[in-house]
Amino acid sequence: MTKFILGKHSSSQFSQEMESIRNHLLRMGGLVEKQLGDALEALLNNDSAVAEKVLITEDEVDELEKRIDEECARVLALRQPAAIDLRTILAVSKCVSDLERIGDESAKIAQQSLEQEGELPMSLVGVKHIGHSVKHMLNSALDAFARFDADKAIEAAAHDDEVDTEYQAAMRSLVTLMMEDPRSITRVLNLMWVLRSLERVGDHARNICEQVVYLVKGKDVRHFSVDEMLAAVQNKRHGGEPE
Amino acid sequence: MQKAPQQGRDVKLSARGVKVFYDDTAAIKGIDLELMDKEVVAFIGPSGCGKSTFLRTLNRMNDTIKGCRVEGEVLLDGEDIYAPSVDVVMLRARVGMVFQKPNPFPKSIYENVAYGPKIHGLARGRGDLDDIVEQSLRRAGLWDEVKDRLNQPGTGLSGGQQQRLCIARAIAVSPEVILMDEPCSALDPIATTKIEELIAELSSQFTIAIVTHSMQQAARVSDRTAYFHLGEVIEVNATEQVFTQPENPLTEAYITGRFG
Repeated sequence: MTKFILGKHSSSQFSQEMESIRNHLLRMGGLVEKQLGDALEALLNNDSAVAEKVLITEDEVDELEKRIDEECARVLALRQPAAIDLRTILAVSKCVSDLERIGDESAKIAQQSLEQEGELPMSLVGVKHIGHSVKHMLNSALDAFARFDADKAIEAAAHDDEVDTEYQAAMRSLVTLMMEDPRSITRVLNLMWVLRSLERVGDHARNICEQVVYLVKGKDVRHFSVDEMLAAVQNKRHGGEPE
Repeated sequence: MQKAPQQGRDVKLSARGVKVFYDDTAAIKGIDLELMDKEVVAFIGPSGCGKSTFLRTLNRMNDTIKGCRVEGEVLLDGEDIYAPSVDVVMLRARVGMVFQKPNPFPKSIYENVAYGPKIHGLARGRGDLDDIVEQSLRRAGLWDEVKDRLNQPGTGLSGGQQQRLCIARAIAVSPEVILMDEPCSALDPIATTKIEELIAELSSQFTIAIVTHSMQQAARVSDRTAYFHLGEVIEVNATEQVFTQPENPLTEAYITGRFG
């Protein structure tokens, strides 16, 4: 693992502020992860109580988003962070938006589950599968952030390609379903929205992974394929510092 | 380790294996560093790391300090400035210096700037000298503020103006390199901004080495930044890289304020 955890700042208050930002981001990540899990549960088990819970959590997530952004702005203004600290602030403020969007997508899924009348007729295997994948991605991304682990982040990002493939396949089968039984169109469309949301969650989780790579390695790997990411990270810094 | 010099620029000043001793204590333990033509290099590092001492070796300001001994070579356009044949006064005209505290001569504003060109015989007659004084004050961004009181004492100016007067004095003799030793440490933020803008403008004509304790200042004004640590240069790199992605953990610790 990369040894990036440096000692404390000469200003202990600065250290505390940075620690607080990281902690708040991880707390927000935890909340959003729970939201996503609950939204899927609500949909799959047709449980309206759980769906309500997801919607209520939204406020808390939004509040944390604003709070973290404020903390970042404060550190930028008062501490003029550099190097790892600067990268932390930049990465966190980007991750915060992605997390908030994942929260939004989860809320949309919860909303869909509330609107669906009775059992969904068709198989939910696709949703279950993709849901599981993106949940795992998000979990790994947050874990990589907490541990400063760029390798793990890239590994998690790699799953996004699988999610996209599964998404395409699930969409095709739903189109077939609508053609076979036009009466199902409304309900299938709802399901398509859910799939779409999950696919977006995968994209946001991947964005977080990219920010972790930036945070740890200082390399901007946005819009890179997984292979390009790996190459960028392996192209070590010239300093010859020990790993 | 030193990054390859920037493309298309010639080496102006080159230090090779420079060591400086104060009596038996080594203040600089062997530095290799090159300043490119018309480049701004910032020297940063904790107090006592040797950055000012090193800066002073570049125009032999250490000569006057008792017990100070310099080893190694400093080449200006390929010629050793420590060679016996070198005229130190001429050297300091080519490699000028601006100090921490503004130190105008106790003379008029005009005389402060005119002094150097006069002793170096750079002006042919009064008109020529007037031109040099005006040009230098203009390039130092001071002309408009002092043009109506050139005969008043330089010491009567504000701190920021005095520092710009010292810069005007330094550039009046058409140096090739300007060394600045914490030029803004005695100035308020507005005066500091003016000096920083001035550095940016001057960098099109001069090679500038600046010692600063303000890392933000180093980040703002320099092309490359050298990090000094216990008498050695630990890292020299493009300033942008040093402040976003330093190579050396010691540099990182220092610029992120984790230095014990």
